[in-house]
Amino acid sequence: MTLEEKVKTIICETLNRGAEEVTPAADFINDLGADSLDLAELVMKIEDEFGSMIDGASIPEEDTASLKSLGAIVEYLKSKGVAEEL
Amino acid sequence: MSTAIVTGSARGIGRAICEKLAKDGVENIVVCDVKAEWCEETVESVKALGANAVAMEINVAEGASIDAGVEAIIKQFGAIDICVNNAGITRDGLLMRMTEEDWDSVLDINLKGAFLMTKAVSRHMLRARKGSIVNIASVVGLMGNAGQCNYSASKGGLVALTKSAARELGARGVRVNAVAPGFIKSKMTDVLTDDVKNRMLSAIPMGKFGEVEDVANAVAFLASDSAAYVTGQVISVNGGMLMP
Repeated sequence: MTLEEKVKTIICETLNRGAEEVTPAADFINDLGADSLDLAELVMKIEDEFGSMIDGASIPEEDTASLKSLGAIVEYLKSKGVAEEL
Repeated sequence: MSTAIVTGSARGIGRAICEKLAKDGVENIVVCDVKAEWCEETVESVKALGANAVAMEINVAEGASIDAGVEAIIKQFGAIDICVNNAGITRDGLLMRMTEEDWDSVLDINLKGAFLMTKAVSRHMLRARKGSIVNIASVVGLMGNAGQCNYSASKGGLVALTKSAARELGARGVRVNAVAPGFIKSKMTDVLTDDVKNRMLSAIPMGKFGEVEDVANAVAFLASDSAAYVTGQVISVNGGMLMP
């Protein structure tokens, strides 16, 4: 499974959206109807899944604001050293 | 399977809450206090009631201590269904004579402790889409009390924390409520002078002080599914001392 596929699965589950809606550029709030609590949950799940692969096991609060889409999360995790192929 | 954590439960109201939850069928009860050995008596009495009990050393004023404790509970039991923020201290004194340290220590344990605890457990409750958090406030948090600026501020803060957290977490099935005890017979109130006790007694319509079990009963209700549609509320258990 690729990193993007894994992240996409987590997003679909958390936001209760179909795979076809969760495109790399779809904005969680504007396009997928997420609220702030959804985003907090999403970050929690990303930390649970990838925490062991990133420094400090958690995503700093100041970084979370930029995590607005599937593409943004994938790029962020790659920048933290997570491989594209899991 | 259901698991509850009760802070400050080595004795007094905290112990009564643990025992009541055990009687009501909560399977795992985590008894927390600043020293694990202080928890032994509560652990034994909970076990005698047929529930599983473990002692846990948590200093609620320290986030790292709480996070480690909550992680240990999740590892052992898989979930936290009920969290009772009961840990509290008093450092009474008149405002003009109250030290900054008296203020900070009371606010750190009574209010910051509940915030840190709520933050740590809500993460797991959100994921489970259920959970009940009960904060132990106080009648003085609602009406004020001379000589208790720090304590009453911490308890008033707990009421506001309860309501804000209830608004944030409600949509995810996590309920947050508070119980505001009046004058309850416990170690914390034993130290008051007879003069103070008599003055308080005259302000209580029911003409007597409460028992720790009276508080525990209200906590158990809020923690249970009987209160499934109750959130952001404060239940006063005060013999009529204050009627908001």
